[in-house]
Parts: sequence; structure tokens; C-alpha cells
Amino acid sequence: MASLDDLKKRISSVKSTQKITKAMKMVAAAKLKRAQDNAEKGRPYSQKMNNVILNLSNGISDKKNAPKLLSGTGNEKIHLCVVITSDRGLCGGFNANIIKKAKSYFLKLKEEGKELKIITVGSKGNDQLKRVYGDKIIENISFKNSKNANYFDAEKVGKIIIERFEKEEFDICMIFYNQFKNVITQIPQAQQIIPLNTENDNENKFDQSYEFEPDEDEILSNLLPKNISTQIFKAMLENSASEQGARMSAMDNATRNAGEMVDKLTIEYNRSRQAAITKELIEIISGAESL
Amino acid sequence: MSDEFKVEIVNPEKSFLVKDDVVEVIVPAYEGEMGILKDHISIISFLKPGIIKVNSKSGEEKYYVEDGILEFKDNNLSVLTSSIFNLKDMEKSKISELLKEAEKDINKSEISDQMKYLGDQKIDVLKSIN
Repeated sequence: MASLDDLKKRISSVKSTQKITKAMKMVAAAKLKRAQDNAEKGRPYSQKMNNVILNLSNGISDKKNAPKLLSGTGNEKIHLCVVITSDRGLCGGFNANIIKKAKSYFLKLKEEGKELKIITVGSKGNDQLKRVYGDKIIENISFKNSKNANYFDAEKVGKIIIERFEKEEFDICMIFYNQFKNVITQIPQAQQIIPLNTENDNENKFDQSYEFEPDEDEILSNLLPKNISTQIFKAMLENSASEQGARMSAMDNATRNAGEMVDKLTIEYNRSRQAAITKELIEIISGAESL
Repeated sequence: MSDEFKVEIVNPEKSFLVKDDVVEVIVPAYEGEMGILKDHISIISFLKPGIIKVNSKSGEEKYYVEDGILEFKDNNLSVLTSSIFNLKDMEKSKISELLKEAEKDINKSEISDQMKYLGDQKIDVLKSIN
């Protein structure tokens, strides 16, 4: 049995851990509010962008000559997976969930005999993937220095992807991120961004005929690269909200667990203190009796 | 009959401007400036660097944009842009900073004709408001 002193030390150390997790929870809660606001504010842009592209791609005259970002390269051999994770840990299953989703997709690709390339955004994803898929990672991007997700960063990622696409390094591009549902639920998502998925349109939108200036093809080829950045930005916003949410609930759990542990240790401490007193008493009494 | 329509300017971070008493909007479309009034035909176009003028009942506002897409439908004008500034809030130092950047960009050797054209446009506009 641990001595009284040891127990005392453990209690105080658990208590200070609890203080830390509590503070982290508070910070995450404050940040969550902001991240959530940002994610909500960013939605109209990506939604509108999507609408315009849907309208455009429907108006395009011959699909064969459509920009490759829309129609694809015709192959689907090489897949590029962009795994977006956080730069910091201590956020529960947040990163693990994305990685799990991505890994199951990687396995599927492998079974189908497709080639795989990975870009990781955020250092935690890189840490977890490089052990198994180290040779597949072609780029690792991290935005440790920027506090919030901003469009400038997303554009950088977008540019890298498009550059590589133009060099025909891959045929299909997927992004992996966590979609924010609520504080305790984040849904890992896999979204295809190249070629763009335009199938799930609802038909009624297309009776509207548009005038295009300049022609559709030119607008599309200008718009599609922007859409890539926009989608990535959306993913980053969702991700940062999810990260804070996941951290908040993880830290809440940790605080509660620490509290339970303190209770348990305190009981143990009291019990062994009592036992020590009893033992001492017995010794005194039996000593007196033997006289 | 009112002759007002709704305009919405969004950038990736937020809805930048929403107004529903707009009479006329002049946008720097890719093929030249374009004035949009109520009941304009549905149109999609994209923007070159320039000034967006929004004429509403409450006065005129000017914004500097670098790029963007514009969609007009059912008397709703949406402008999507990644960089927009209200001319009123733009400081001289900011303008000259953008100007310097633009000049650096067009002097790069591997630049395409289209990029050069847009760069030149940007410089012209920036000079005119400086």
C-alpha cells in the first residue's frame, strides 16, 4: 500500500492536472464560439460558388471539351488524398477519426490496385500517417503560425493541388476533414473535389437560362480553380470548429475523470490514515497490557 | 413600381454587404464595365480588378475588388470575391502596398498574357484611386 505521503502527492498532482484540463476546456469553449461563427459565415460563399458552377456546368455545350477540373482526365488511376487535420493534440478522437476514415479509403484503393498520393495539412495528420504511408506523402503543409483558418492559407493549398493537377500527377482528388455537427459529434468526411461531382443536382434549378460573358468555358476554367480553394477553405473552417468542439468535450471528460480520481484517492488516503491510527492505538494498548 | 433590387457581396469569410434598396450597380466585368439595373437578364460573368459602384437609395458606395464572380438572377445580384475593400476605409499606405505587389507580379518572367492583362488593369485602377 502506498504511503500517506505518496497519496498526498498524487492527489495534489491530479488536482493540478484537473486545473489544466479545466482551463483548456474554457479556452476551447471560447474558441469554439468564434470558429463556429466563422464556419457559418463562410457557408454562403461556398454555397453560392457551388450554385454558379452547377448552373454553368449544365449550360456547357459539349462536355468532352469541358475543363479537365470538371470532367476529369479520363483515367482514375492515381488518387491524391488531402488529409486535413489539426496542428495541436489533446482534442480527443478528432484527428484519429479523420485518419481512420482516410486509412480505410487508402486500403480500398490498394485493393483496387490504384496508386495513392497523400498531402497532409496540419502536423498531427502527418505524424500519424508517416509511419505507414511515409513514402506516399508528397507534401506536408502546416499552418502553425496562423491562428484561425483563413482564406489565404486555403488558397495556398489550392494552388499546390492545381499545379500538381496540371502536371498530370494525379487523376482524382479527395479531401478528408471533419464536418462540424455539434459539440460532441463531428463527422469525418471524404469529399471528391477533382473532378467535380455535379451529379447530385436537383433538376428544378436549370430552367433558368443565363447569359454568359465571356463564354461558359472561359468562366468555368477561371472559376474551377477558385472553387478548389473555396472547398478547401470550407473544409478548414469546418475542421477548426470541429477541433475546438472535440477538444472541449475531451477536456470536459478529462476534468470529470480527474475529479473522480481525486475522490477515490482521498478516500484511500483517509482510510490508510485511519488504519495507521488504529495500528498505533493497538500497539499502545497491547504494550500497556503486557506490563 | 419600385426600381430597386437586392445585392449581396460575399467573401469567403463572411457576407460582406447585403442591401436591398439598390438602384444600380456598376461592376468591372471581364469584358468591360457593366451597369446592372432592375430586371436585367440573368447573367454570370467574372470580374477584373476595378471598382464596384453601388447606387442605392441611401447613397453611393464604392468598393475595390481584385477578382470575383458575379451572378444576377431574379433581381438578386450576388458577387463572390476573395478580396474586397471599401474605398472609404482604404488607406493610402494600403493602396501603395497593393500597387507595389502588383508591379512586382507583372514583372515576373513566366507570367501569362491573361495574368499580365489583369495585372496591368490592377495597376491602372490602383493608380486612379491613389
